[in-house]
Formats: sequence, C-alpha cells, structure tokens
Amino acid sequence: MGKRVGIEVSLAVAEAVKLCDVDVVSAYPITPQTHIVEELSHYVANGDLDAAFIPVESEHSAMSAAVGSSATGARTYTATSAQGLALMHEIMFIAPSMRLPIVMTIANRSLSGPISIWNDHSDIMAERDTGWIQIFCENGQESFDLTICAFRIAEDKRVLLPVGVNMDGFILTHMIEPIEFMDKAEVKAFLPDYKPQLTLNPKKPVSMGPVGVPEVYMEAKKQYEQALWDSKDVVKEVLAAWGKHTGRKYAMVECNGKKKAKTVFVTMGSLGETAMTAVDNLIAAKQDVGQVRLRLWRPFPKEEMKKALKDAAKVVVIDRALSPGGVCGPVATEIKSLFYGDKNAPKIYNIVAGLGGRDVSVKDFEEMYALAKGGKIKDDYVIWGVKSNA
Amino acid sequence: MIEIRLHGRGGQGGVTSAELLARAAIGQGRFAQAFPSFGPERRGAPVVAFVRVSDDQIRLREKIYEPNFVLVLDPTLLDIVNVAEGLKKGGTVVVNTSEPAKALKKKYKWPKAVTVDADSIAMSELGVPITNTTMLGALLKATGIVPVETLEPVIMDRFGGKLGPKNFKALKRAFDEAAAA
Repeated sequence: MGKRVGIEVSLAVAEAVKLCDVDVVSAYPITPQTHIVEELSHYVANGDLDAAFIPVESEHSAMSAAVGSSATGARTYTATSAQGLALMHEIMFIAPSMRLPIVMTIANRSLSGPISIWNDHSDIMAERDTGWIQIFCENGQESFDLTICAFRIAEDKRVLLPVGVNMDGFILTHMIEPIEFMDKAEVKAFLPDYKPQLTLNPKKPVSMGPVGVPEVYMEAKKQYEQALWDSKDVVKEVLAAWGKHTGRKYAMVECNGKKKAKTVFVTMGSLGETAMTAVDNLIAAKQDVGQVRLRLWRPFPKEEMKKALKDAAKVVVIDRALSPGGVCGPVATEIKSLFYGDKNAPKIYNIVAGLGGRDVSVKDFEEMYALAKGGKIKDDYVIWGVKSNA
Repeated sequence: MIEIRLHGRGGQGGVTSAELLARAAIGQGRFAQAFPSFGPERRGAPVVAFVRVSDDQIRLREKIYEPNFVLVLDPTLLDIVNVAEGLKKGGTVVVNTSEPAKALKKKYKWPKAVTVDADSIAMSELGVPITNTTMLGALLKATGIVPVETLEPVIMDRFGGKLGPKNFKALKRAFDEAAAA
C-alpha cells in the first residue's frame, strides 16, 4: 500500500490525477478549485507528469479543449467550480453526446449572486441534465479514490461518458486530513490504458459530433440516455473492484444508523459525515434514526435508493441547493418521484441547508430530527437556519 | 477528540501552524483535520484556523464552536476578539506575550492560561517576528497533544534545510519557556 499522509485534499486529488497518467489537462483557475490545477501545472512543468497542460483563457475554452483532446484519444482531465462550471455549460452537453470519457473535478461552490465563493451544490445542480455521470464525495479519501475510479468508469467501452467528481469546495478542498496514497504500479494495476474506440486522426478521417436532423436526433438522445443508465452496472463493478484492490469499499447508496429506522436522513456530499455523527448521538439517546448517503447522483440509483428507504416512515432529504419556485430541492424531487403512487410511501420532508457556505452542525441535524419526528415541518419544506429577522 | 482554535492576523501563518500540527498527529497514526476559516485571505485582519486531533476517524465537517484549547499568535487581538468564545470548561488559552500567564488569566477570566514571549524567541532564532512555528511549542506544552520531536520532520519538510532547523529550535525554546497558570 501507499503511504498515509496528512495533506490538503486538493493536492491529494492532483496526485490522483497524476497517478492516472493523464495526457491532457486543460483548465482555468477558480476558487476553490485552484490548488488542484496549480499543483498539476507544477507536475507538468517539473516533468513529473508527461502531459500537455493547456492554460486556456476561460472555462468555456477549458471544456472545449477537453472535448477536442479527448476526441483524439487522449486521457483528459479538467476541474472547475461555480461560475467556471456555468461558463462550461454549453460544452457540457457536447462531451457525453460525443461519448468522450473526460474526467472533471467540481469543487462545489455556490453560483452568484449574491457573490459567493463558498460551498453549496448550486453549480452542479445547474448541470444536472447535461448527461454526465455525477459522483459526490464525502471526504478527502473518497475524493482521492473516486478520482481514480472515475477514469476507469468513464473509459470502460460499455460507458464512454464523461464523469464529474463532486467535492465540497473549501470544506473538502482546503482541508488537511489523512489520505492513504497509492503508488503508480497499484494504480496501473487498477486502471488499464485507455483504448479509445474512435478517434480524430488525419490518417483515418471521421466526423464526430455532426448535426442531428429531426429524423435522427431523438434516436441519438435515446442512445445516450441508455448508455448513461447502463453505466450504473459499470459504476457498481468499478467500486467493487476498488474495494477488492484497496480494501476501501464504496457503494452508490450507503446506509448507516439503525436498520429499519423510522426516521431516515438522506444526504449527499460532505454533509453526510456530520450527519453520521448526529445519527450516532441520536441513537445513543435511544432514537430510532438512520441515514442514507447518496454517492451516485447521475445516473440516479433508483432501485438501490428505494430499497434503502423501504422501511422508513419519515424521510428527511437534505438538499444543498435551491430550486427556486420548484416543488422542492433537486434531491428531494427525485426521492418524491421515486415513491409516487406507492401506497407505502414514507412521509418525505425536504430541508435545504448549507447554502453559500453556511455551516451545518451536528446540532443542526439533531434539531432537524426533532422537528421531523414531531411532524413539525410546515409544508414539509424548510430552508434551514434562515435568521428570523432576515 | 481535541479541538483547537488558532487566532492570528492574516499573513501571520496561523493556517500553517494548524497544518503542521495536524500533519504531526497524522504522522503518529492518528486522525486530524486542519482548516482555515474559509474565504478570501485578508492580510492583517483577524483570522482563525482550526485543528481537530482524534484517535478515531473524525466524522465532522462543521467549524469548531467549543474548543479545548485556543492559541493566540498576536496579543493585540485580545482586546478586539473574544478569543475564549465557546472555550470548553477547564480549557486553556495559549498566548504569545511577555506578560505572565497569571495576569492574563485573571484579567480575561480564563480557566487556564499559558504564555510565552514568542516574539523575542522568533526574533533571536529566526530574525523575524513570525511566531507561528514558535507558538506551536507553547501549544504542545499546554496540550501534550503530540511529542515535540514529531514536529521536527514536518517542519523540515515544510521549511527545508535552511529555515527548518531554526524554526524547530524556536519551537523547542517556546516549549521550554512557556509558563502556565
């Protein structure tokens, strides 16, 4: 095994990308993603990573260059946050429709305005429907591990889709914590060389990404949605392989707390850890509570999530993004539709918390639990912790 | 689990102190987190950084609200910021000052105080009044969180062959000279 070191998580992610021996990094710096690409540019400049680093002039160009280089068959990486991700939006749709296995870290940060550099999930939620596989990390180790897994998932010939690895900005990116590293041979044994199926090559010209006239557009769309759904099996396979390879086991949906608990939290991202501590405290206080942590956001693991929640009477879904004017937050919308028409559907509450860097504490989760248990969440929906005189 | 809050001014190296301590603890096979108060860096403004050290995996992503220890790099903060806010019962405030610990403890009504004149130590050992590594010595004296020697490889790694030994010497002096009340 590799060494266990105390390191800033951003630097650990850069190390993971280096270990994956990427060919191209195209990136534009933006807080809180900066340390990742800065470190990668050091690696390239020092000759520690044999890759082309393309210091583009904007994120629109970062994703465009990623699409171009991936189309030539290069293993391609980029990273961004918030406004940067928003600027990529137009090209975000192109990558999956061209079946390009780009891997991107999203250091999640709220979209302005008001202007905010702090964490929430509004950036990635605005990209929800772009067709990317979307993974959420809970801690630094996962950010390291799932970055490596992301390449294997993306490049599997049954998948060939881009993967976004989400890690909470600052909360994870700027945290110094212990990470178990791996050496190059260990990563190589897990991640085979990328064998592209089709590349841009002047000696063997092909057209990629041509126009989809009305007669074929829907067929193309259906194909790529099917590919996205089918990727779920590969995600499962790769996570299992990772568990075997490293001993660190991950699933698309994970449960903790009491089995068959009456009240169950659903969390995604780093909030999951704080919630775990709250759940432990509540169980110690003889409460009937559990937690489901969602790691794979797209494709949504429908069966796994439904199974995880089947015994719950009350489900408290935490969203770290607002869907203004919508029925509820994005994660809660999925959970509610999952149970539509189900006679045994649990009561589903939605709590929007931790927007724009607002801290969410163990105490917050304990208070949320008390409110949900007592059925005291008005309209089953609340934006948590808003100061009453605001 | 031990929780520590560090107070300094932007540019004084409080985040580095936090990082060095966490890395030393992790080097001992323990679990630790070090993190800044997130946001833009503001030179000269009061800033805080946080450290958690535990024997078990830390499953917390909240700020530290009730620290066991508080470290103050800059004594001019004492009358601007309530550095003891949320300090746990019986907790200790560790301050860089030439004043005796007893006087500060009484003045600010802290449960415990540890002081050391880190400015003087840093000036004589490093030639600059940057006390972030020096004050780690006083913090280690107050907390016993990790043995002093565990900081040596971390400091050498961070500061290199020229500045590393000087910083570690300053740290050890602060450890020896810090006084508690």
